[in-house]
Amino acid sequence: MVRLEQRPSPSAFWTYATPILAVLATMVAGGVLFALLGTNPVAVIRTIFWDPLFGEFAFYYRGQLLVKAGPLILIAIGLSMGFRAGIWNIGAEGQYIMGAICGAGAGLAFYPSESFLIFPVMIIAGALGGWAWSMIPAILKTRFGTNEILVSLMLVYVAENILASVSSGLLRNPEGQGFPGSRNLRNWDAAANTEIITGSGMHWGVVAAFIAVILAYITLSRHMLGFQIRLTGESPRAARFASVNPTALILICMGLSGALAGLAGLFEVAGPAGQISIDFNSGYGFTAIIVAFLGRLNPIGILLAGLLLALTYIGGEAAQSNLGLPSAAIQLFQGMLLFFLLAMDVFANFRLRFGRVGVS
Amino acid sequence: MDLSSINAASLIASLMVASTPILLAALGEMVVEKAGVLNLGVEGMMIAGAVCGFVIAVETGSPLAGFAFAAFGGAVLSLLFGVLTQYLLSNQVATGLGLTLFGLGLSALLGQGYVGQKAPPIARLDIPVLSDLPFVGPVLFSHDVMLYLSLAMVAGVAWWLKNARGGLILRSVGENHDAAHALGYKVVRIRLMAIMFGGACAGLGGAYLSLVRVPTWVEGMTAGAGWIALAIVVFASWKAGRVLLGAYLFGGITVLQLNLQAAGAKLPVVVLDSSPFVITIVVLVVMSSARNRAALAAPASLGRPFHASG
Amino acid sequence: MKLTKLLATAAMTLGLATGAFADGHEKTKVGFVYVGPIGDGGWTFEHNEGRLAVEEAFGDKVETIYQENVPEGADAERVMTQMALGGADLIFTTSFGYMDPTINVAAKFPNVKFEHATGYKRADNVSTYSARFYEGRAVQGHIAGKMTKTNVIGYIASFPIPEVIRGINAAYIHAQKVNPDVEFKIIWAYTWFDPAKEADAAKALIEQGADVILQHTDSTAPQAAAEQAGGVVTFGQASDMAEYAPFPRVSSIIDNWAPYYVARTQAVMDGTWESVDTWDGIPTGMVKIGEITDAVPAEVKAEALGMVEAMRTGAYHPFTGPLKKQDGSDWLAEGEVADDGTLAGMAFYVEGLTGEIPQ
Repeated sequence: MVRLEQRPSPSAFWTYATPILAVLATMVAGGVLFALLGTNPVAVIRTIFWDPLFGEFAFYYRGQLLVKAGPLILIAIGLSMGFRAGIWNIGAEGQYIMGAICGAGAGLAFYPSESFLIFPVMIIAGALGGWAWSMIPAILKTRFGTNEILVSLMLVYVAENILASVSSGLLRNPEGQGFPGSRNLRNWDAAANTEIITGSGMHWGVVAAFIAVILAYITLSRHMLGFQIRLTGESPRAARFASVNPTALILICMGLSGALAGLAGLFEVAGPAGQISIDFNSGYGFTAIIVAFLGRLNPIGILLAGLLLALTYIGGEAAQSNLGLPSAAIQLFQGMLLFFLLAMDVFANFRLRFGRVGVS
Repeated sequence: MDLSSINAASLIASLMVASTPILLAALGEMVVEKAGVLNLGVEGMMIAGAVCGFVIAVETGSPLAGFAFAAFGGAVLSLLFGVLTQYLLSNQVATGLGLTLFGLGLSALLGQGYVGQKAPPIARLDIPVLSDLPFVGPVLFSHDVMLYLSLAMVAGVAWWLKNARGGLILRSVGENHDAAHALGYKVVRIRLMAIMFGGACAGLGGAYLSLVRVPTWVEGMTAGAGWIALAIVVFASWKAGRVLLGAYLFGGITVLQLNLQAAGAKLPVVVLDSSPFVITIVVLVVMSSARNRAALAAPASLGRPFHASG
Repeated sequence: MKLTKLLATAAMTLGLATGAFADGHEKTKVGFVYVGPIGDGGWTFEHNEGRLAVEEAFGDKVETIYQENVPEGADAERVMTQMALGGADLIFTTSFGYMDPTINVAAKFPNVKFEHATGYKRADNVSTYSARFYEGRAVQGHIAGKMTKTNVIGYIASFPIPEVIRGINAAYIHAQKVNPDVEFKIIWAYTWFDPAKEADAAKALIEQGADVILQHTDSTAPQAAAEQAGGVVTFGQASDMAEYAPFPRVSSIIDNWAPYYVARTQAVMDGTWESVDTWDGIPTGMVKIGEITDAVPAEVKAEALGMVEAMRTGAYHPFTGPLKKQDGSDWLAEGEVADDGTLAGMAFYVEGLTGEIPQ
């Protein structure tokens, strides 16, 4: 009989080995799936995992990896703080949208000024927009004890409605012939979130994501706030004895995740996306939850998880258009990858023991 | 605005139909959460149920066979989540989200040949005198069997959780799995059964979409209903009766706002369209501030992994 | 614009983006970017039918690639770049939201031809194309006005954009012409595709007395709701939806992209491709009217077919004066025909429609 025995602390070897094993296992299982769908499994796997990094057009894809991973990492870092403390903000998608709307709106109010202050103002407005949207569930929770899962989730749909409304109303491009969608911020130098090194994919949002990773790492390992967050997550009672103020912690964690999601939205709308439109959001806020947990709520882990997920998106796209796979197959493949990654975690935390349970 | 054009009886009758998918899925998820497990994969299980139910109903011509298979399909998919989280102790939140991705992809592949086909119609209750009564007829005596079953299930689950021994055990597992384990209950096995029940219910809810409410199969047709179901469980503060209230409230406002639009209400569409979400929040705030907080609390072991050491 | 150069040179040295077919040996590669899944049964489904028609028409001489579910914005830009790098000679981008991404990518790949659906920005290597669906709406309006008994016509609209508003106006003008008492009830669903919501919207309209439902959303859910209610007329949208014929679906507007896609691919093969702005309708077959079933009285059917024929020959334009705007101001004088510019950006209702266009 096989049983699991908890390790006193996670195994260092397995912590690094399991993700690699999981990716290998996914390649095998995914290969079977792709073969069943009538494609060449080796070609598909190579297109997803190898080509974007080392293939013919890697010079383009490597940059795109950063573009795709940047917002995921930025949002996931914010969320992970709250998740660690047991605060469940699952409405980052809504905060992302509101950040984009407020940031773009703040900038467009000054159109067509070329002042160098516009982009900084937009950044602040974007962060504030996301922050404000996350304060609704935070304050309802601290004031009335309302569950933040429900409120933050419901507010995503409200934000989507607001997005549709402003793209065909308030923020609509007056020169857009009546079509929905704002002016394109990329065509307006003062507001454009441009690449810092051309062709690298490195825009200000990616920089912000890297800074967030570093700051989160320092906060969690060195700072009092990090200690309070970890303590509250592990034992709320102990946290109270350690005089952690739960109300303040909720406001800080929710606000932080909201502000980072808002920032991600602003950087996206001013850069890669370019404009506010009805379907501006594409699920980064939800995918970031996966990234946060896949990275084991650890800043470095989140960085790697974000890059890995971005790779499957970009490689998956290439596999679809080059090899004619339906997008559903890629979704299924991503689900499998997640399952393997999560399942293999067991080896990091537990030892496999064979034989009968001893007398205890 | 011409409010007189809104007919209360047909409004209620259609809100019942509109709410049933969320009701079924939320009821199942509530039982899962009562057992201390948080499965965020409701959307994935619903859409899997929608496609399984549709395919079998089209192939056999029997909607009821479709529903049965949808429940089975949802349960099988949830078992994947169950094995990962209960035996391999994977993180529940991430595994649930993975399940949603997995389910969306799988259902699209399974349903490829069935897009745009018509589902066989399901029989509706038609009692000569009763179904023709004004108001009471359309509201109470003219639905399909699944709708009545969903209401019976609410009552059944409410009773079972409160009075049956099994329900007591389930709740104890959700409140404190270590204590339940010490008392000799098979925590993992009980949770697996709860997870499969949740999967089956979500499958039924999905099939209700593809076989009754819409009824047709298209990719991604659940369009977020699983997320609403999750929210309804929280709204209901883990009580079966209030799952019914929450689902009908949400479905009711959704239907009402469309009716108001059709009647030419002088309210911005963005406000009307957001109203189901906003009103759900407001009602929850009112309820959570007026009541004893402890009665609203989630099961204490919710989302925490259980590992029997020794 | 270093990246531009970098990409262009890279692509050129590799001989990929430069139309390798010119030497007569390589296949012409045609890419399609879809906003939804092919399985949506509507908008994307019909574009994919067009792609299949291209394969059918050219056989071995052509290779098509496609990608589904591409979000508008950064993802779209990447997908297009990927196709261009991969050697596509012609790329169809099939959603309005792809407009700016298409222009951006096209600037980087001057040798690749782009075709953007429903937009208004063009470049030397970017054409735009769209269909005059309002011609089909006019026919629907006529049939609807004749067939309604309650004089209430329900309209499920998606988003308040010119395309949708044009459809409402065209349908209303022609319904009102044959039935002065007709009233339109409009629900804005704020989605292109949410079967459950579309079903609910259809039910709400039916409950409020509508016995004809027009839809500008893509799923068959409203058809099913109408069938269930009984006695309610519907029209297929985007695709034929023939499975609901002969009743409730009495006719349909079909997006028929195949002739255009085949012609444009041919032009690339021949080296005659030029940037154009195409806005075709019934005359070229880009808009097809699905079979009018026998559920429609014979004389109404004859009138409808007469209208289709008149539009096909160009004898009739659905927006012909005298027409007034909703606020009572004059729009078109007697006999005057609306110009394409006004139609393209239409953001007002015609006289007689009630309610406001939401913002």
